[in-house]
Amino acid sequence: MSWVIGSLAFWAVMTWINFWLANSPLRGTRLVKLFVPAVFGITLLVVWEGLVRGLQVPNVILPPPTAIAARFASSLDILWVDFVQTFVKGALSGYIIGCGAAFLTAVMIDRSPFLQRGLLPVGNFIAALPIIGTAPILVMWFGFDWHSKAAVVVVMVFFPMLVNTVQGLAASDHMQRDLMRTYGASYPQTLLKLRLPAAMPFIFNGLKISTTLALIGAIVAEFFGSPIRGMGFRISTEVGRLSLDMVWAEITVAALAGSAFYGVVAMIEKGVTFWHPSQRS
Amino acid sequence: MRSIIPILTVVAALMAIWYAGAIWMNSKWALDQAERAGVELSLSEIVTDTLAQERPVLPAPHQVVTELWQTTVEKNITSKRSLVFHGWITLSATLLGFIFGTGLGVLLAVGIVYSRAMDMSVMPWAIASQTIPILAIAPMLVVVMNTIGATDFLGKDTAEALFGTQPAFMKGLLPKAVIAAYLSFFPVVVGMVKGLRAPDAMQLDLMRTYSASGAATFWKLRLPSSMPYFFTSLKIGIAASLVGAIVAELSASPIRGLGGRMLTGSYYGQTLQIWAALIGAAVLAAALVGLIGALQRGTLRRMGMKP
Repeated sequence: MSWVIGSLAFWAVMTWINFWLANSPLRGTRLVKLFVPAVFGITLLVVWEGLVRGLQVPNVILPPPTAIAARFASSLDILWVDFVQTFVKGALSGYIIGCGAAFLTAVMIDRSPFLQRGLLPVGNFIAALPIIGTAPILVMWFGFDWHSKAAVVVVMVFFPMLVNTVQGLAASDHMQRDLMRTYGASYPQTLLKLRLPAAMPFIFNGLKISTTLALIGAIVAEFFGSPIRGMGFRISTEVGRLSLDMVWAEITVAALAGSAFYGVVAMIEKGVTFWHPSQRS
Repeated sequence: MRSIIPILTVVAALMAIWYAGAIWMNSKWALDQAERAGVELSLSEIVTDTLAQERPVLPAPHQVVTELWQTTVEKNITSKRSLVFHGWITLSATLLGFIFGTGLGVLLAVGIVYSRAMDMSVMPWAIASQTIPILAIAPMLVVVMNTIGATDFLGKDTAEALFGTQPAFMKGLLPKAVIAAYLSFFPVVVGMVKGLRAPDAMQLDLMRTYSASGAATFWKLRLPSSMPYFFTSLKIGIAASLVGAIVAELSASPIRGLGGRMLTGSYYGQTLQIWAALIGAAVLAAALVGLIGALQRGTLRRMGMKP
């Protein structure tokens, strides 16, 4: 019982601190802006730990964070193998192929307004569909190993990326294009020096959306069949064995990989589109 | 309207590629069979054979359409082999989850907009959660909810008392709905926070000069101006809910719904069944997103906004 009361008391104190900080004159500082969400996150973990221990929730329903952390630390080798299989081999290669192919397609259809008018609505339509459903088909075609996962990722990221790139290439305005024409710039010159740089915010938007899709695609495709490693494989088998601490450890890896992947792309974006208003704050 | 011809051209090109792919990918099996039987196939025989196999590597579009026709129109909709039956199971989980996810999402967004402490503590996590593959928890959630017995919407006894028999879709509905709710929750929170903050300082100042109460500012300024954002996030949310329900069905028992059809299809190599379920899911997604789009246009037009 003391666990429950203790964790609830901790929660109350921390919430009070957060409220006080958020309304204090310090609220604009960088430190407080990082501190408040961190406190919230830690509070959640402490309350989780306290309630699970205090109410004696069985491990097969919800393991406490400390058990998950212990499991995480003791099975680093397995987690690393799974990470390489799913993220590096499956998600990353599919991401590069899919985004690259979509980018090239967008540049190729750039000179044909006819194809753009046709492909853009179709692409938008397909991007809203549950493409993840192609996973069983692609697993049948390309086998159980990472090739099929990469294929699922390619299909998932292609259309969002295509739509964003095509929109981006249309983003430079008439005045700018007219200026290029008065310079006597050729089509490739206009493309390289004006329209691609102007498209970068859109292209990076597509790239950022695709990071999450890539990871989801690679993990879910493994539910349909995989070799005996991989994050999706581990999650589905460990769930079957009711060792939920391992599942949570794997989910932690997925969350870390997902936010790190997104963070890296966002950092590259910051460097490339430093001129854009959204980056100049 | 001037886009109709380009769109049709692109769709026709996709169909042509599909047929060519079907002939190419299925020809290996056809040639193997012919070699085993000791006969030579002419080109036209290969083509006719590849487009009419029972378990093709890539079924031709007309085969998928035939399969769809047989499993929707020609089957009784209560039959376990009817795609309408499975589609309804998925749809019910999607809708239940979507309604709860959206409702909670809007409530949290209101809290975030009005409480600076909530904004500072929750918002970074809500944004960060968009970058992580939440779907990975689906199998675990299904199993855990099975363990604690929270699977059916209305228990078996309650449902039987109300309807005589327990409707099929209620069995195993809850875990799927929870995942669907979870997936639509965060897009709605992020979109609604943006929407509720859409009124600019001038408009808020005007409300203050009217000495409008907080509630009046909310109902008459913030909520109306959030509507475009609201519908945009609903579209993202319902698509996410559907994906959530389908993926949850991969680990749910009994194996039913569109996700279940895909899974059993992939176990038994029934490619036609997978494709039919895939097209069914696509039609469902398109219909749901289209429905919200229509609601959006209607609502915004009546509010005098440009849709």
